[in-house]
Amino acid sequence: MSIASTTARDITASTLATGRSKDRNVGSLVFLGLLWFSLFFGVMVLLVLIVSTALDGASRFDSALITEYSSRISPESTGFRAGILGSLWLMVFTALLAVPIGIGAALYLEEFANGERWWNRLIEVNLQNLAAVPSIVYGLLAVAVMALMGFENTGIVLGGAVALALLILPVVIITTREAVRAVPRDIRDGSLALGATVWQTTWRQTLPSAVPGIATGTILGLSRAMGEAAPLIVVGLAGSVRFDPTGLFSEITALPMQIYSLTSQSQEEFQTAASAAIIVLLVMILGLNALAIFIRNKFQRTW
Amino acid sequence: MSSTAGIDAGPPSGAGLPGVPDLGRKSRPGESVIRAVLTMSALVSVVVTAGIILALIQPVIDFFRDVPIGDFFATEGTYAVLPLIAGTAMTTVIALIVAVPLGLGAAMYLSEYASKRARKVLKPTVELLAGVPSVVYGFFALSFVTPTLLQDLLSLEVGFTNALAAGIVLGVMIIPTVASLSEDALTAVPQAMRQGSLAMGANRAQTTLRVVLPAALSGVAAAIVLGMSRAVGETMIVALAAGAQKNLTLDPREGMQTMTGFIAQTAGGENPVGSTSYNALFAVGMLLFVITLVINIFSIAFVRRFRQVY
Repeated sequence: MSIASTTARDITASTLATGRSKDRNVGSLVFLGLLWFSLFFGVMVLLVLIVSTALDGASRFDSALITEYSSRISPESTGFRAGILGSLWLMVFTALLAVPIGIGAALYLEEFANGERWWNRLIEVNLQNLAAVPSIVYGLLAVAVMALMGFENTGIVLGGAVALALLILPVVIITTREAVRAVPRDIRDGSLALGATVWQTTWRQTLPSAVPGIATGTILGLSRAMGEAAPLIVVGLAGSVRFDPTGLFSEITALPMQIYSLTSQSQEEFQTAASAAIIVLLVMILGLNALAIFIRNKFQRTW
Repeated sequence: MSSTAGIDAGPPSGAGLPGVPDLGRKSRPGESVIRAVLTMSALVSVVVTAGIILALIQPVIDFFRDVPIGDFFATEGTYAVLPLIAGTAMTTVIALIVAVPLGLGAAMYLSEYASKRARKVLKPTVELLAGVPSVVYGFFALSFVTPTLLQDLLSLEVGFTNALAAGIVLGVMIIPTVASLSEDALTAVPQAMRQGSLAMGANRAQTTLRVVLPAALSGVAAAIVLGMSRAVGETMIVALAAGAQKNLTLDPREGMQTMTGFIAQTAGGENPVGSTSYNALFAVGMLLFVITLVINIFSIAFVRRFRQVY
């Protein structure tokens, strides 16, 4: 009998006798314990973060928090109306800017472009790099874009939306491409065989089938934009304003900006208000994420 | 018959059906317009990159007209950038010390131990961490990690703002990046290699550490490098929790300003457009852009070079 089969017989015998496989020795169990720990470490941090922030802000969960403007005179009733409205306005215009361009670029790359050509490969590599450019650099770019369009004051709806749209454009393109790629080749071939042109096929067959995936990716991109403050600081959004946004050129603030500006205030009431506002921001972002998951589960098709 | 048109022309339209026009030759102005529009949108991404470089370059040229390069790459002075680079390096290293073992551990559990159903629940849970806005993490570092965790529980002598708290929270933020991409790399290792190892009598821990992990090393390395580039570029956590003073030190308990922290602070202050301090913003921004670009190129090249094909 060879050594290998002897060993195999010994292992089998010991497993049968003790009911324990070799997976249960001390080293393996420690290793498994470490893996468990690393998996749940993040979840623990998240729980601590939410619970400690909610406790800090508990005294401020009132209607003034979302209906009042920020106030230096009465810090106990300062509110985030301008920030919440500003964030919502920014989301709408960010989506209007980023989604059409993003979908157009993705459709070109997936349906029209010849991936062998060097310029198309350049676009691909470029996209990979853009996705990893620090968000604050997009703020600097937005300042330059606004200066090019002749705006002196960039702390307006348009300035913030340009910065955020540039930021999420790579995300929208990449997720749209994945959604479009998931539509089976057969559907396109069927449409083309019936005499439709490439664009007719794309517009009437591929795109409708890919809409759930595109919507999910876009909403996730927007939820990232909603929490961003760094590019908005560079663009020059105010830390607080005391009026509602009225149009594209109206000065605004955003919820993350308001939270950021409150952290430099020393009064206890402002810290409490900031904690409560963080919970509001998290709820808004979780709401967007939940919407994305809902769309994915409800409408996503698998072929 | 147009059989001489070429091999790749396919069967000629209307062949055998007299009177049917050859649709392949029909000019379609609408199609070309749409194609042009889509091409333009794709080109926007290239324009954005060119725009970033152009937007940064003019203020940078103006900046170096006022400030000699020696004063920029100096350890002390108003426009010294080396303390900022040191701050960024310090917070990034701390972040990696936190994120690499934890992210890799989570990835190994998800790919090697978790059942399919468990993975479906656990993976999105880990990725939730990436959805938390960075300003929230920064506030958390400032209001919980420094006072409660570091000062009270661990009784460390840390400042109000310090590189340690910022680095730890930064590490938590990049755990999903490291975990998610590493998991993809680990899952891609063929099942036959695991079966071979198990058949030789190795247990699952040995198989994971000595067979699966080395086989997935290129993907894991790319995940770590990408996490690193995230940490270098992250702004709000370090702007809030790492400090607003340039400080060239090796002690993570002190406050250290980072490159991104400097940009946020300067941009938030009152600096007239075109002034030297305003242009300093763009000089540091350019440096940041170049550093992250190099890290990314490195990560792409790393995957290409060490990728093993099974």
